[in-house]
Amino acid sequence: MSDRGTSGKKIGDVILDVQNISLRFGGVKALTDISFDVREHEVRAIIGPNGAGKSSMLNCINGVYTPSEGSITFRGQQFDHMNSRQVAEMGVARTFQNLALFKGMSVLDNLMTGRNLKIKSNLLLQALRWGPAEREEIQQREFVERIIDFLEIQAHRKTPVGQLPYGLQKRVDLGRALAMEPQVLLLDEPMAGMNVEEKQDMCRFILDVNDEFGTTIVLIEHDMGVVMDISDRVVVLDYGKKIGDGPPHEVRNNPEVISAYLGASH
Amino acid sequence: MNLTFPRLLLQHAATRPQADALREKEYGIWQNHSWAGLTALTEQLAAGLHLAGLQRGEHFVVIGANRPRLYAVMLAGQSLGAVPIALYQDAVAAEMVFPIQNAGVRLAVVEDQEQVDKMLEVRESYPELGRLYFDDPRGLRHYNASGLSDLNALLSEGQTFLATQAKDARNGYSVWFNQQIEQAQSEDVAALFFTSGTTGNPKGVVHTHRSLIDRAQAGQEFDRLTEKEEVLAYMPLAWIGQNIFSYAQWLVCGYVVNCPESASTVAIDLREVGPTYYFAPPRIFEALLTSVMIRMEDAGWLKRTLFKRFMAVAQRVGPARMQGSTVSLSDRLLYALGDLFVYGPLRNNLGFSRVRVAYTAGEAIGPDLFRFFRAIGVNLKQLYGSTETAVFVCLQADHQVSADTVGVPCRGVDIKIADNGEILVRSPGLLQGYYKNPEATAEVLDADGWYHTSDAGFLDQQGQLKIIDRVKDVGRLKGGVYDGAMFAPKYVENKLKFFPFIKEVVAYGDQREQVCCFLNIDFDAVGNWAERRNLSYTGYTDLAQKPEVYELMRDCVNQVNQDLSADHLLAGSQVSRFLVLHKELDADDGELTRTNKVRRGFIADKYRVLVDALYEGRAEQYIETQVKFEDGRSGSVSATLQLADATVVKKGRHEAHREAA
Repeated sequence: MSDRGTSGKKIGDVILDVQNISLRFGGVKALTDISFDVREHEVRAIIGPNGAGKSSMLNCINGVYTPSEGSITFRGQQFDHMNSRQVAEMGVARTFQNLALFKGMSVLDNLMTGRNLKIKSNLLLQALRWGPAEREEIQQREFVERIIDFLEIQAHRKTPVGQLPYGLQKRVDLGRALAMEPQVLLLDEPMAGMNVEEKQDMCRFILDVNDEFGTTIVLIEHDMGVVMDISDRVVVLDYGKKIGDGPPHEVRNNPEVISAYLGASH
Repeated sequence: MNLTFPRLLLQHAATRPQADALREKEYGIWQNHSWAGLTALTEQLAAGLHLAGLQRGEHFVVIGANRPRLYAVMLAGQSLGAVPIALYQDAVAAEMVFPIQNAGVRLAVVEDQEQVDKMLEVRESYPELGRLYFDDPRGLRHYNASGLSDLNALLSEGQTFLATQAKDARNGYSVWFNQQIEQAQSEDVAALFFTSGTTGNPKGVVHTHRSLIDRAQAGQEFDRLTEKEEVLAYMPLAWIGQNIFSYAQWLVCGYVVNCPESASTVAIDLREVGPTYYFAPPRIFEALLTSVMIRMEDAGWLKRTLFKRFMAVAQRVGPARMQGSTVSLSDRLLYALGDLFVYGPLRNNLGFSRVRVAYTAGEAIGPDLFRFFRAIGVNLKQLYGSTETAVFVCLQADHQVSADTVGVPCRGVDIKIADNGEILVRSPGLLQGYYKNPEATAEVLDADGWYHTSDAGFLDQQGQLKIIDRVKDVGRLKGGVYDGAMFAPKYVENKLKFFPFIKEVVAYGDQREQVCCFLNIDFDAVGNWAERRNLSYTGYTDLAQKPEVYELMRDCVNQVNQDLSADHLLAGSQVSRFLVLHKELDADDGELTRTNKVRRGFIADKYRVLVDALYEGRAEQYIETQVKFEDGRSGSVSATLQLADATVVKKGRHEAHREAA
């Protein structure tokens, strides 16, 4: 349908550039000489079989791991390694493969923790909920409510996260990352373990985030159908090495990628 | 009085400008729209729609959930003398094509991207649909269809237009707006409602301001509704029930309509709002009861015991209390105690704490279900009406409520029962006709102004209307004791289906001497019942044919017969023989429609041997049936079914009883 153009999206300049990254755990080489870049406002997927080094790559970007070699350039600033807090302050947020939510806290409170870096008033004032702290909390709550509305989880606002079905917990996890107002969002298997319907919902939310807020998205995903449908460009890793990079249709026809996924006949 | 909806709006804005008209929960907070604010919004939208070329008498569609801005759009359209048509928001595009074409719609205001997509699809086959406006811009940023725009754009165009207009000294709104509203008369068409005909295309029911407002007022007088009522609007606006309760009566009474945050938060919002006036079809009440029962099963021992104890008290005392009859002091004390510990908290949890008047309508409600809500102190009542009658025909008064009637005719309504048992209605709320469909109109509206409901029923001794069945399904017995008596299959089937053990029933009796029926057990309920009795069974067919199950079914049938015998018109419909089917009736096998209604004729043909065996008085019958499995394969199920007799209350005894009384 030409009426419903979705091509209006403007992909900008390189925002994140990963150069020659290698990561070793003792003798194990998790990543070898990986280079790729991420452009502003695009959806960039990292795919590969189990143990290919996808999550390690993400962990290097947001400072959980320190790469043995190489550098990462974010918004023109070059780093040998990233520092988690610094990364967060620079506007990079992430979600986790195995959910890292506060299970006993309500959805609302979980999302409020995402606003942590934005709250300026000191601990004492916050504890007393007095003066500027109260005003600030109301502002933060307003922002969080917009996320709740966006992710359509109004019905679960006050529910402890642990009681929610898995698909919804994933959505809350995404919500908490969004609460940081990130410029770059790293999603580690956002659709793992979901049923088809939940996957469809999640795809829609990811595309909406990308579209409405212009957030750059880097995602790891196993479901090839999903990756091919929603990404602008795809990086393929196998055994810690990059074996493909390009738009979905090119990657799909890349013989190396096919053999990594389906196994080669020798 | 020459009332129209926009005039009512201006009245409220003049007399109580700051009072709440609408509330909508958004971003976790209930946001208020005052009458003055709503009127200003309506004025701006009207100006915008005027600039967009909406003409007097032109139809336009509104599609979406209950949102304040969509309400304002309908009011704005009516202010210009245009006619809003609300369509069901969950209908697919193909279903929307007919009403839009039929009514010659050129402009649509819809809620969100989902509806915009459907409108664009409709437009492919109907390019005249030129202008589309949406309330929620999410996901629509990159749409570049012609004529598509944000409602905000329409609003700001309206504002610009209004800035150039002179203000009317009387109420502060523009002279232009006041003039527009004054041009519309109460005899003008106010709205079109498309009914979902089961056969053929839907029909557009035409209502004037007068017909809708008159019925809204009749309902208001009947239940003494005031501007203090609170209503939660969560059913589709396309349904006339919701339209009357949250639009027509809202403007007539001036109460507050609350719009839930989203479809999934209705239960939470209900609790927060605590409506005083509530309306829902039986299935909603059923879902509520089920959720209560499930939660009670999971509750601790103490809670469960308390609940059981006090529900027994409630079942005994509650309904009598609601009917206003005298209750003994000890019962009153027990009930008060129960109210403190059980019923009060339960009502609060369901959001019914403040309900003064609650209605159910649309289909028959099970007596147990009905009784439950009345027992815990919810003033649940029934009413009768349809799209064509602008809802209010019959209503139950506060202390005269029963599960199997639908109340007394309300103000302005004449009821007549035709020779074939059909209910005929004459009321100021009748439709003008079906839009562009004079044949269909002539079928339901006769020269004397009677509307033919196609429901069969009668007025009982207390003057309450009782609905029996659809006219076309009502038959006559032939021969035997009850020769010529009325046979209402659906009435009998419903009565039996209200037992939790019975899932489906098919009754036969037209042109026969007596009534016989097939039963389907409810596998879960009967299975559970069997387990509690240590009755072992291997599967559905085995369980269905157990002699104990037959006894259980016989009890149910006998109870229904007892009930029917008390009704001199329907005494002939008592079931004399029955059998329990060896398989579940299934839509895949063509035995049920997709909406789970039994296809009586089809089943009679398919199970001809069983029907014959019942009427020939045999004790058992072998049958082999083809079934389709869910994966598309087919196989056959065979069984030898028992045929059983039920106790029919004799005519003479009942007549004697009646004479004695």
